[in-house]
Amino acid sequence: MHPNLHALLVFLQTWWVELVSGVVIVAVVPLIAGYLVLMERKLMADMQARLGPMRVGPHGLLQPIADAVKLLIKEDIIPDNADKLVFWLAPVVSMTAALTAMGAIAFGPTFQVARDINVGLLFVIGVSSLGLFGIVLGGWASNSHYSIMGALRSTAQLVSYETAAGLALVSGLLLAGTLNIRAIVDAQQHLGVWFVFLAPVAFFIYVVASIAETNRAPFDLPEAESELVAGYMTEYSGFRWALYFLGEYANMIVVGAVAATLFLGGWLRPFPNVRWMNWLDALPALSTAAVGVYCVWRAGKQPARVQTWFMWGVALACFAGALILGVPLLMAPLKFLVPGLHGAFWFLLKISAYIYLFMWLRFTLPRYRFDQLMHLGWYILIPLAIVNVLAVGVAMILETEYGWNRWLAMIATTIITLAAALFLMRLNDKREAAASSAAPPPEEASTEDSYAG
Amino acid sequence: MLDKAIFFFFAGVAILSAGLMVTRRNAIHSAVFLITTLLATAGIFLQLRAEFIFIAQIILYVGGIMVLFIFVIMLVRLDVALHQIQFSRQKWVALFVTLALAAEVGVMLWSSRKVPGQGFLLPNAVPAAKLLPNTEELAGRLFDGYLLPFEIASVLLLVAMVGAVVMAKKRT
Amino acid sequence: MQDDAAQNQTLLGADELVLNMGPQHPSTHGVLRVKLKLDGERVRGTECVIGYLHRGVEKIAENRTYQQFAPYVDRMDYVAAVSNGLGYCEAVEKLLNVEAPPRAKVIRTIMTELQRIASHLIWLGTHALDIGALTPLFYCLREREEILKIFEKYCGARLTTHAFRIGGLQYEAYDSFEKDVERFCKDFERRIQEYVDLLTGNSIWIGRTRNVGVLSAEDCIALGASGPVLRASGVKWDLRRAQPYAAYDQYKFEIPVGTKGDTYDRYMVRMEEMRQSRLICLQAIENIPAGPIIGKVGKVLKPPAGEIYHSIEAPKGILGYYIVSDGTTQPYRVRIRPPSFINLQALDKMARGHLVADVVAIIGTLDIVLGEVDR
Repeated sequence: MHPNLHALLVFLQTWWVELVSGVVIVAVVPLIAGYLVLMERKLMADMQARLGPMRVGPHGLLQPIADAVKLLIKEDIIPDNADKLVFWLAPVVSMTAALTAMGAIAFGPTFQVARDINVGLLFVIGVSSLGLFGIVLGGWASNSHYSIMGALRSTAQLVSYETAAGLALVSGLLLAGTLNIRAIVDAQQHLGVWFVFLAPVAFFIYVVASIAETNRAPFDLPEAESELVAGYMTEYSGFRWALYFLGEYANMIVVGAVAATLFLGGWLRPFPNVRWMNWLDALPALSTAAVGVYCVWRAGKQPARVQTWFMWGVALACFAGALILGVPLLMAPLKFLVPGLHGAFWFLLKISAYIYLFMWLRFTLPRYRFDQLMHLGWYILIPLAIVNVLAVGVAMILETEYGWNRWLAMIATTIITLAAALFLMRLNDKREAAASSAAPPPEEASTEDSYAG
Repeated sequence: MLDKAIFFFFAGVAILSAGLMVTRRNAIHSAVFLITTLLATAGIFLQLRAEFIFIAQIILYVGGIMVLFIFVIMLVRLDVALHQIQFSRQKWVALFVTLALAAEVGVMLWSSRKVPGQGFLLPNAVPAAKLLPNTEELAGRLFDGYLLPFEIASVLLLVAMVGAVVMAKKRT
Repeated sequence: MQDDAAQNQTLLGADELVLNMGPQHPSTHGVLRVKLKLDGERVRGTECVIGYLHRGVEKIAENRTYQQFAPYVDRMDYVAAVSNGLGYCEAVEKLLNVEAPPRAKVIRTIMTELQRIASHLIWLGTHALDIGALTPLFYCLREREEILKIFEKYCGARLTTHAFRIGGLQYEAYDSFEKDVERFCKDFERRIQEYVDLLTGNSIWIGRTRNVGVLSAEDCIALGASGPVLRASGVKWDLRRAQPYAAYDQYKFEIPVGTKGDTYDRYMVRMEEMRQSRLICLQAIENIPAGPIIGKVGKVLKPPAGEIYHSIEAPKGILGYYIVSDGTTQPYRVRIRPPSFINLQALDKMARGHLVADVVAIIGTLDIVLGEVDR
């Protein structure tokens, strides 16, 4: 056989799992992102006392498909003097960065595209931060003054909060001791506790910073509809806009995955080492079965027959899922499947909870003004993150060198960090009070009427 | 064999992007091609099993410095520069210097191919199992042996940052 | 047009630009065009261009009889049609020297206070939406829906109600009127608490509204601002207390007053006004006097020649009608004092020195309706 062909076959033989995983991610994630949009609309409707999309498909479940078709068949409009290469490139960069970052994330102990990268977490953060090129180039390519300003503002916001997010992750990494994703989760299993309980302030900072990273409310001024400019996405229509949007939701998944890996125990169940909590292992199968039972119960109450059938279908799918999750637990020869399946279940559950929190905050909180946003990032989050890193470091030294109890050390340092946070906020209030009393919006001689005449 | 293919792919992309970068008239296009050059270089680092430098290249160079470049390009009025003819008189000097350097490198490569086991085109990679984890190794050296240069570098960066803030404040 | 450009040219500095907001814009609450003169991010001056919704209502009045003109006033402040109708009917009754019977007055009061709540609910929802809070709008619309159902049951229309007639009412209060109003009012306290929970203590909300669009009491009076805008600046002037009309002198209610005159104070004042309106309604339905619902007015109205001015406290401010009669069935002149038009003039003073993102909040806090501004 030709040596090159042989080499290629050997390559495929060794790496086929990873290649297939990669293809699965690229194929499935946009679909999942589309359904995340639907979930957001339904959640928004639920919190706003209305129903959300109901017409397209049963309970609006085919809405993302309809939206995708609509966006694909829209006319492709490119502004007059826009730079065609960069205009085409920008949404692609945005989406590619998010998908590539997903390559290094372990969705369970067995599903990971790029296995055992030594710098796994750093890779995810670094590559997902390449998405901001999509924003800044997109704004520039639109050849509109407002798009450029919106893009620059968005980029400035992203860069500022990346710093805070990175520092918050450093606190978690101090506890983990490695950047390897697999090893981080193993460290949490070894310690028997999720890192969020050891460094809660770091987790909180990361949550806030990641909301700003993904341009979600309350930090979505650059893309808000009621502002004067619609931001960098103004001139994008049709599928280009869809790529941006999907990139944003894929970014949400990436950010949720990083938080789940580092702080929420990755694919570990709650209380991973506690033996008498082993009944939690049955939870995935039981909860899926419970959802199935609920669907069966609701199936009888549906007004239309097609909806009843659909509910039955969903129920069957739930029961099938419950079987897949539950049977390997019970049958010894299949037990090797358990870590993979259950790990994936817990991981996806954590990401879903994280994204649910994002959406919940979007519907509840008003929007920050841009200067308030930057102020929050630079004056409050970054100093707090730095203090947190120091505190966690001190706690670790206390534990290893001076033999303190781990929990005691961590609680002590959390209290110190919270005290620092209070101090920062007090400082902030004083600064604001001084600013507002000293200088009410600067008024030139109020007799000057710029438009008089 | 696969190593060769990957290396030539990255190297080709790097050289092509570098060439495109210096020949574009549009500054943003130049920046985009510089980004691809840097990414290709990072790929070569990765192939050499230098993972930390690979990711540091991406985070710092591409994610930091290139963003800065693009900001500057966007905020500075470039329509003036676009209409000026740049470096017209130095084209030939540049070409001569490039050819001279290329000849030098070529001679070097050619003469070294005779040395067994130490060719430039196919580095003998240390088997992966023998390599210590990149980040830990680097951190160990940096904080243990080379602590003073590290601190000096960080003080330098701090001074630069403070200076930038002071200069910006003075403007407003 | 040309002096416009020349003006801009001479007045624009090196860093200044003129930004155009509207007339099509999600946050200008209608067709309002605002030209902002910006220095970087800061607003240095504003100019409102209005008239996109001008329909010549005052001119139309000269060619309609007094009763025929009544539906037209609903279309001015279309968000609070009942108040418009109340002002007009009372003005013509003043001209005719006729008084509505007590039963009519009380029912009018209840309807007007319900309309005040509805108008403030729309204001709250859209204002919160402009600042970025997506959810209060839907809650406010849900409450407003109940009020509109009551209106529909009473007079058949939800928005442009034409609820009152000159001399009193046309329709008797329907059977379950008191019960519906009582049920709504009992429910409403809990709902107001929802809005308070979402917004009042929220630090983002406070950050967006505190010290934004400050209008001092002197400026308010000088500009002629009225309504919640005036009261938030500290001036306790409410026509329902100062010059009582309809049945307001029979009920106890507070006049909420602010201190600083910023957006947050206007928000608090309007929230409290909703509570007070609810209290007025509850007091009113306890004791609706029996009796006729319309006074002694003929079919053909020919008021004696003369002029009157009558003003009421509409949800947006002081709504005034100046009617000149020449003795015929059609008025000689109807001049309407629209509160939104006069409050809008304060925009320039309020917006100077603020950032562009605040202009949207300031327009929202003035609570303008373009139908009223342009007539």
